[in-house]
Amino acid sequence: MKTIRASIIGFGAVGRGVAQVLLDKNDYLRSIGIDMKVIAIADSRTAVIDPHGVDLACVLSGKKETGTVGSKTISGTEIIRTMDHELVIETTPTNIETGGVGLVNMLAAFESGRDVVTSNKGPLALKYGEVIAAAKRSGSHCRFEATVGGAMPVINLACDVLAGNRVISMEGIFNGTCNYILSRMMEEQAPYEQMLAEAQELGIAEKDPSYDVEGIDTASKLVIVANSIFGMNASYKDVTVTGITRITPEALSLANADGFAIKLIGEVNDGKINVAPKLVPLSHPLSVGGTLNVFSVQTDLAGPITITGRGAGSIETASAILSDIISIYKN
Amino acid sequence: MRVSMDLELKDIPGQLVLALKPVSEFKGNLISVVHHHEKRTPRGKIPVHLVFEIKSDHLDNIISLLEESGISVVSVDEKRYLEHGAVILIGHIVHTDIQDTIDKIDNTGYAEVVDLNLAMPRINRPSSASLKIDAVSKEYLSAAIELLKSIARDKDLLVIEPIRVN
Repeated sequence: MKTIRASIIGFGAVGRGVAQVLLDKNDYLRSIGIDMKVIAIADSRTAVIDPHGVDLACVLSGKKETGTVGSKTISGTEIIRTMDHELVIETTPTNIETGGVGLVNMLAAFESGRDVVTSNKGPLALKYGEVIAAAKRSGSHCRFEATVGGAMPVINLACDVLAGNRVISMEGIFNGTCNYILSRMMEEQAPYEQMLAEAQELGIAEKDPSYDVEGIDTASKLVIVANSIFGMNASYKDVTVTGITRITPEALSLANADGFAIKLIGEVNDGKINVAPKLVPLSHPLSVGGTLNVFSVQTDLAGPITITGRGAGSIETASAILSDIISIYKN
Repeated sequence: MRVSMDLELKDIPGQLVLALKPVSEFKGNLISVVHHHEKRTPRGKIPVHLVFEIKSDHLDNIISLLEESGISVVSVDEKRYLEHGAVILIGHIVHTDIQDTIDKIDNTGYAEVVDLNLAMPRINRPSSASLKIDAVSKEYLSAAIELLKSIARDKDLLVIEPIRVN
């Protein structure tokens, strides 16, 4: 049995999902020789620390009742720097302008020789090269399946499962909010503003939806895909981005009459990274509805491979984080 | 463009090569050759059916070369547009001179707007249109869509093009 001491930095929906999944899968993890011990959890204001292992169930219910994690005021970055542990689970919110606290945390983790598993897109979309170089320097693992496509295996599928294949191009739907709005506009023949309001009411879209609907979220994910799967050295500014705010219900009907849906498609092809609404034949595998995400790679040996799944959600994203944790420590 | 041609050859050796030479000389791309050796014409000649792709301005030269070598050209059927594409436009499509947008595609000589469906919900609201474009080849269809995108940039229209289908 290998004991892995971990910190969870960021305790929003994803961080809580990770805690829940680690609780639920504790027996399974032990059965494959991994004894996960969470020694610290921090959110943006408070923290809980116990070198012998934090009681996850207790912290989860405490967060629900009081909105805080614990009584300590130590920051996530300080935990990473000062407490002895192997793995930092970085689940702070994405900041796409500066990389935010996530970038600071990841670099601090590598400086301290710790591994990182993250769902935070910002640092990787902005400074992929710098982050990976820092991990390499310290001999640390850095895995980030949860940054792209939520529960769907995207990076690990292309890099591990399809090993030996050359990935020629890839395209997909990487934003459930946009997919929901476009699908509903078509179903209800309703304008964009109305379906955005519905999505906001259901908690599918943020109060300020620009990050999703302007295509920024999709673009950030594509940068990570371009760098990790295609070995490019791209950053956010290399992506051409068009969002969905100008789409009209009439355009959706006209497209439908010709046998097409309109979807916000992200693609990496021929060294170019592009996000734009595209016409997708209704019978095509990329034509998925609701909040689903879908991802298709063209490979030289296997041909096209397409997978679809939930691109967001607390437990779904935690699933991707758990798979990263297992792939680091199972051997 | 794609040309389908019926020829009649004399029943002596070397005629088929003679019939194919002009096509290759003008850099045509042969798609199929069917040599009906068993079906003689009443004049005792052998019918041959050719299909090839060629730049349209070379077709007359090929026909003259064939006739000069004593090969009868019985029929020629051209199919100019092989590729069909659809795009959606959103914006002030009519007020930014829709005739000009269509003319610019039609004047390329390699593509044409063949169908237009327009929806104008209310004055001052953006219109939406579906446009069908035919072009002589896949490459020229992409070129026509690129041209449309550059026109759309000037007129602040959004072009929604199809995904690549493998």
